[in-house]
Amino acid sequence: MDNSEGYAIELRRIVKRFPGVVANDGIDLKVHRGEIHCLLGENGAGKTTLMRVLYGLYRPDEGEIILNGQPVQMTSPRAALNHHIGMVHQHFRLVPTLSVEENIVLGLDEGTGPFLNFRKTREKISAIADEYGLSVDPQAKVWQLAVGQQQRVEILKTLYREVDILIMDEPTSVLTPQEVDQLFNTLRTLVDDGLTIIFITHKLDEVMQVSNRVTVLRQGKVVATLLTAETDKPTLARLMVGREVVFRLEKSPMEQREKLLEVNDLHALNDRGLPALRGVSFDLFGGEILGVAGVSGNGQSELAEVLTGLRKATKGRVSLAKKEVTNCSTREIIDLNVAHVPAERIRIGIVPALSIRENLILKDYRHPPFSRWAFLNNKKTEENAHRAMSDYQIVAPSDETPAMLLSGGNIQRVILARELSKNPSLIVAAHPTYGLDVGATEQVRQVLLAQRERGVATLLISEDLEEIMTLSDRILVMFNGEVMGIIDAEGADIEEIGLMMAGTRQKGEEL
Amino acid sequence: MKRHVGFKVERRPVASGRVVLLVSLLAILAALVVAGIFFQIYGVSPIRAYQLILRGSLGSRFGLAETVRRAIPLLLCGVGLTIAFRALFWNIGAEGQLLMGAVAAAGVALFTGLPGPLLLPAMFIGGFIGGAAWGLIPAILKVKLGVNDIITTLMMNYIAIYFVEWLIHGPWKGPSVRGFAYTDTFPRAAWLPTIYGTRIHWPTLVLGLVLAVVMYVLVTRTRSGFEIRVIGENPDAARFAGISQLKTTLLVMLISGGFAGLAGVGEVAGIHLRLLGPTHISMGYGYTAIIVAWLARRNPLAVIVTSLLFGVIMVGGDVIKVSLGLPFQLINVFNGLILFFLIGSEILLRYRISFLLRS
Repeated sequence: MDNSEGYAIELRRIVKRFPGVVANDGIDLKVHRGEIHCLLGENGAGKTTLMRVLYGLYRPDEGEIILNGQPVQMTSPRAALNHHIGMVHQHFRLVPTLSVEENIVLGLDEGTGPFLNFRKTREKISAIADEYGLSVDPQAKVWQLAVGQQQRVEILKTLYREVDILIMDEPTSVLTPQEVDQLFNTLRTLVDDGLTIIFITHKLDEVMQVSNRVTVLRQGKVVATLLTAETDKPTLARLMVGREVVFRLEKSPMEQREKLLEVNDLHALNDRGLPALRGVSFDLFGGEILGVAGVSGNGQSELAEVLTGLRKATKGRVSLAKKEVTNCSTREIIDLNVAHVPAERIRIGIVPALSIRENLILKDYRHPPFSRWAFLNNKKTEENAHRAMSDYQIVAPSDETPAMLLSGGNIQRVILARELSKNPSLIVAAHPTYGLDVGATEQVRQVLLAQRERGVATLLISEDLEEIMTLSDRILVMFNGEVMGIIDAEGADIEEIGLMMAGTRQKGEEL
Repeated sequence: MKRHVGFKVERRPVASGRVVLLVSLLAILAALVVAGIFFQIYGVSPIRAYQLILRGSLGSRFGLAETVRRAIPLLLCGVGLTIAFRALFWNIGAEGQLLMGAVAAAGVALFTGLPGPLLLPAMFIGGFIGGAAWGLIPAILKVKLGVNDIITTLMMNYIAIYFVEWLIHGPWKGPSVRGFAYTDTFPRAAWLPTIYGTRIHWPTLVLGLVLAVVMYVLVTRTRSGFEIRVIGENPDAARFAGISQLKTTLLVMLISGGFAGLAGVGEVAGIHLRLLGPTHISMGYGYTAIIVAWLARRNPLAVIVTSLLFGVIMVGGDVIKVSLGLPFQLINVFNGLILFFLIGSEILLRYRISFLLRS
């Protein structure tokens, strides 16, 4: 037997297969006690799958999990918790209508008999919160909390269960730069207290900032495990992607063109009937990419929906090429050649059970050449599919393949092919590269820049600040449904953007 | 080391036609086995019961004709329901829509005084409108007010049933039928022709077969069919693509309700030749058609086969009553079991389960 002394966790030859993919292909991972160990890899590299195996959510097809030198079976998250392993998921597992303390004790046997007793719970929560600087009101309802605070509740939940090993799955994707700093301080305090933390991320800066060691995954395999102090960003990037990465895209200077989209004092409600947009105004010019930055849930998705006719504005106006289009129907907006690359690709961007060919005509099926009279023209839709598949490098057995069998990158290519093929005048693109591998990301960005060259106006919504800074001509920052400011991307200061994302208005900005 | 049998559940990418057929047959087989327990409780060997049912429904010219006769309304209702179910509109109301079609046809036959050759076409048109109107009410309620379609379509059945009862006991009660609760017999021009020596009113049968093909083409080849499939497979994507939920829902319920109405015309003009008690007109065709459409996996062409299968089962009900002295209602138990296993078996279409020996 190996000597497993000093390892909090050892994973040996973990294999996990899903139909058509091997998500984990013989992964070995050793995590020392008391360290922050980053799992670095692109989306789809197998990081989350591996951690779900460790947390008992997936059963591995092959391989062993060894805790403190003993092989163990992780049959469920409860088994993981019994071994003092906790996980904070990327998408929180909280009940919004319950209070913080109710969420924390959920699933535990606290109190006497059938009755809950929150006195002891409260004491314990505040003791933990004080120790690690995780202050949050135990009696507040979760839905009232900001995202950063909800994450604290998730961490408190695991600490309350006295975990030794904490898995954090992409914890920074929902935070402002300032909140990220705060989180990192908390994590360091936890490690000083003897906890072991596994930190999943695809961001190189975070690895360099927070970790002791880093394991790089690529396509389900371990590429390397390194001491963070002995490596650097370019090395990690190369390991993660498998080749040299270009961090800059070539972009010609913007020519001043005509004003294409004019948004004036726009108001709208979210799905819960609460104000999501509170007086948003901006102009967008042809040949310009306007980046919309902000922590998710600050009105960006509602803005995209109002502009594409999916959501009604309660006040304000939108004009497109000098024509008033406020509250036009989705169909009218489509017929005005507005392309929409939606954030929720699978939920609204495609019809998973229909073929690639049919998904490609989702918005155009009612016009020639795809249909004549009542009938669809199969020959024309097939030609269209073949053209789109070669132009956009959609990889699939045939154009009859159901969209649900495609990888995330290919699904996004189908959507882009459909949305951009009829020469749009305005593109509303939300998180266009989220979840894509580096090759696909580069392709998507090139396509958007090519459209910009053509004089198309693009509204680019993204949580990836680097993407926004790379592609945009100007950057609009949203907070709580309002525009905090619009700045030129050239020479933009990431600290300033961070402050605006957290609710500080741009200096000298009057709205 | 101890060996034990484990099993593994994996997602299937897409179920092939062969798998769908196999799983459907498995569901029917499971229903046959469980229904067999009921025969056993009555002291009848299930094997013998099934033999009798097969012989009674398919083994003679008379049985075969009865099977086809029963399949006609199931075919029309079933084809319509596949279209509604494709658009995720849960029409449980084919029974009521069938009855309203029958009412409309009876109204045309008895009270319009149209000349002979025009009478039957007018009855079919009237029946279609009657059924469609009954189906459009829940459609409008769902799209405009968000009222649950399952509940409204189901409740509309009861309104239709009592409406027919009221008509035949009240204003439409035939002056010439004395104490009985039904209308006068339709004029000769309103009788549908039948195949000689049987009760197969062939014009309705032909109509059903043609409509099954037309609906198949509609779903697979036309713009409206594309809209129906997009709405059914992903309503959010339909909204995103600017497809009108209102128009599409109205269209599918026009079709679904209208076809059930045509089935009602066939029953009164081909079999009963008058409007009579609702349970006599329909015997639950509208409900059974739900299972027919579901077993056909919402494919209008496959309804031709599944409606015949349920024709066999319905005739089987007569057989067990006459030959074995068992209650006709056993057939409803059997139908329920088929639907139960059919819905239960859908998990097998989405997941593959394999057994393996572990040590």
